[in-house]
Amino acid sequence: MRKADIANHICEQVGVSKTEAMDLVEYVLQCMKDVLRKGESVKIAGFGNFMVRSKGERKGRNPRTGEEIAITPRRVVTFRASQIFKRDVNS
Amino acid sequence: MTKAHLIEKVVEKAKTLNRRDAEKVVNGIFDSIRDALKRGEKTEIRGFGSFRLRIRRTKDGRNPKTGETVSVPEKRMPFFKAGKEIKELLNAEEPTHE
Repeated sequence: MRKADIANHICEQVGVSKTEAMDLVEYVLQCMKDVLRKGESVKIAGFGNFMVRSKGERKGRNPRTGEEIAITPRRVVTFRASQIFKRDVNS
Repeated sequence: MTKAHLIEKVVEKAKTLNRRDAEKVVNGIFDSIRDALKRGEKTEIRGFGSFRLRIRRTKDGRNPKTGETVSVPEKRMPFFKAGKEIKELLNAEEPTHE
């Protein structure tokens, strides 16, 4: 499934054109990205939480050469699915 | 930020939509992704990330109270992988090295 399929689904539910639906999907995703960029979480009831975690520097290896390299500190987004979502995929 | 905030944003953005429709827009996004994974289908959203299932294999666990060995059945887990754009967005000061 892709963004266009999500937009189609919205078209069927709400009286908007495909282009408008596509723009709205983009807009919602953009809002989520803006929040995550600030380091804040996005919590969607019945779906899950997107959280930003900071990772410190750690050692890694170049898998090809085996050479040891430092992995720079970075921020990552993690997703925790809600109980409902977890239950849904196992039913 | 919660889903209610996202709905509020959509109401402000799309003036022609009422609150009920804005709710349908936001719910529609997450429902589509969830329904796709229920069918075992992954979703790839360009510029955001991808949602797919990860399978946790059957493993032997223990009942912590009795110490008895029990088999934990195979389980499917929703898994999100952030896209390149998000990774770069969150680490804008320093270039990311792969």
